[in-house]
Amino acid sequence: MYIINVKDLSKSFGDFKAVKEISFSVKKGEIFGFLGPNGAGKTTTINMLTGLALPTSGAITIAGLDGIKNIKKVQQIIGIVPDESNLYDEMSGYDNLVFCASLYGMEKARREKRALELLKQFSLDDTGNRPFKTYSKGMKRKLTIAAGIIHDPEILFLDEPTTGIDVESARQIRKLIKELNAKGTTIFLTTHYIEDAERLCHRIGFIVSGKVVKISSVYDLMNEAQQENIMEFTIDQNGEDLESALLHQFPHVAIKQLSPYSIKISSVEKIELMPFMRFFEEQGAIVSEAKILRPSLEEVFVKITGIEINRLKEEKEGKKR
Amino acid sequence: MRTSLAFWSILRKDMKNYYLKPPNISWGIIFPISWTLMFFMRSATPVDLRDILPGVMALSVLFGTTSMLAVTITFERRSRSFERLLLAPISLNMLMLAKTTGAIVFGIVNAFIPVIFAFFLTDLSGINWFFTIIGVFLIAVTSTFLGLFIAVSANEVFEAQTFSNFFRFPMMFLCGLFMPMEKLPVFVRPFSYILPLTYGVDILKFSITNTGNFKIWISLIVLLGYSVSLFLVSMYNIRKKWIY
Repeated sequence: MYIINVKDLSKSFGDFKAVKEISFSVKKGEIFGFLGPNGAGKTTTINMLTGLALPTSGAITIAGLDGIKNIKKVQQIIGIVPDESNLYDEMSGYDNLVFCASLYGMEKARREKRALELLKQFSLDDTGNRPFKTYSKGMKRKLTIAAGIIHDPEILFLDEPTTGIDVESARQIRKLIKELNAKGTTIFLTTHYIEDAERLCHRIGFIVSGKVVKISSVYDLMNEAQQENIMEFTIDQNGEDLESALLHQFPHVAIKQLSPYSIKISSVEKIELMPFMRFFEEQGAIVSEAKILRPSLEEVFVKITGIEINRLKEEKEGKKR
Repeated sequence: MRTSLAFWSILRKDMKNYYLKPPNISWGIIFPISWTLMFFMRSATPVDLRDILPGVMALSVLFGTTSMLAVTITFERRSRSFERLLLAPISLNMLMLAKTTGAIVFGIVNAFIPVIFAFFLTDLSGINWFFTIIGVFLIAVTSTFLGLFIAVSANEVFEAQTFSNFFRFPMMFLCGLFMPMEKLPVFVRPFSYILPLTYGVDILKFSITNTGNFKIWISLIVLLGYSVSLFLVSMYNIRKKWIY
C-alpha cells in the first residue's frame, strides 16, 4: 500500500525548471531515500510535499488526501525535519518541544509528557533546560528531529539528516531513524550521503537535474549494477607467482588485481568457490579469506547518474563547511 | 480548539521572547517620554500636555508596532524558525493574526504610557475614553499591518527598519500629529489624506481635545478599510513570496 503518490510533479522558477514531471510512490512503513547531488531538486520536492512550495503542475496524494488542496490536513499527519535547524535559539530544548507540540493542538499535560519522553529518548534530558543556541550541531539536529516527531506523525520527512554533524551523532541519528521506522513511521529521506542511503533505505529514488532517473530497492540496484562477478582471495604467497597457472586452469576468468598476498579475479559467469580452493591447495598456498565483492551504492550511483563520486564528496564537504 | 491553542501558543511565545524583554519595555517607556519632553523644550509658550497627547500616543503606537514586526517576522524568517510555523497545521490567516496580535497589544500598551504620565501632570477630565480606546486600537491594528506589509517585503531586519522609516517619518509631519493639517502647504495636503495615521490622530483629537477635522465615522471606516486591505495584501504577498 502506497502512502505517498506523486504524479507528474513539476516546479519552475521563471524559466528554470527545478523539478521536471517526476512520478514516484512511497510504501507505507518503508524508508524511502531520495538521492541526488546538490541542486538536483531534492529540497524543492520535499518542500512541495510538505506545503512550503506550490507545484507548478502535477498531483500529490498523501495518506489518501490531496497534498495540494488539503495541505493543512496533511500537515497534521506528517513531521518535517529540515536540513538546517528551525527551532528558537533563545528557548530551551524543552520549551522548543512543548511549543512545537502546541502547534499541533496537543493538550498541556500531553505535550509536556511527550517533550520529556523525547528528551530522554534522544539523550538530551540533561540539557533540556539549556537554551537551544548553546547546543552542539549534533544535539541541535537531534532536537530538531524530536520536534519533527513530537505529534507522532505517520510520515516523517527528513532533509539531509546527518549532514554537517560528527560521526557519533550521525550514528545515533541513523539508529533513531531505524527505531522510528521499526515503530511503523514511514520515512522519506533526502540525502547526498550514499552511505546513509545504503544503510537506512529500503528503496531509493535517484534524482538528477530535476528528473527521477531510477527507483528501485537497494538490493535490486546492486544486482543490476553487477555486470561481472568478482572474488578476492587472501593468500600466504605472492599472488603474481600463481598468475600463469591460474589462467591456464581457469581460462574463463580474468585477473583484476594481483598483489603479494591477494588475488582478485572476475568473470561474467558465476564463480564457484571450491575449484579455486582446490587450486590454491595444489599450489601449496593457504587461503585465509575468500570473499565475493559486490558493487557499492556509490558505484551504482555513478553508473546511473553519470556523476563522479569525487564531485559528490566535494559537495558533501562544501555543505559541511 | 486546536487552532486557538496554536494561536495562544504563538502569541505567548512572542510575548516572552520579544515583547517582554527589558530593551522593549524600556523602549515603550523612554520613547513617549522623550517626545513629550521634546515638545516641552522646543515650545516658547507653555505646552498643554493634553494638546500633544494624541500625537505622542499615535507616534508611540506607530513606532512600537512597526519596529517589533520587523523583528518578530523578518528575524524569524532569516533564522528559518518562521518556516516551522508555516509547516504547522494552522491556516496562514490564523498564523499571521497570531504573529501580529502581539504587536497590536504592545502598541496599545505603548499608547497608554504617556497617558499614565499625563495623569499626574495635567487634567484629563472630559476625555471620551471609549473613542480613545477605539482610536488607539485602530491605530495599533493599522500600524501593525503596515509593519507586516513592510516585513514581508524585506529580507533582513535592517532592511525592514529602513523601509519602515520611509513610511514613518513622512507620517510624523503629514498626519497632523503636532502641526494642524490646515497649516501644511496646500500641495502636501493630499498626501496627508492618503495616510492612515491622519485618521487615527483625528479620532484621538476628537476624543481627547474635542477637536478634529473629519466626522468620526469617516475616520473609523477609513482605518478599518486600511487594516483589512493591508492584511489582505500582506497575505497575498506571503503566499506569493514565502510559499513560493
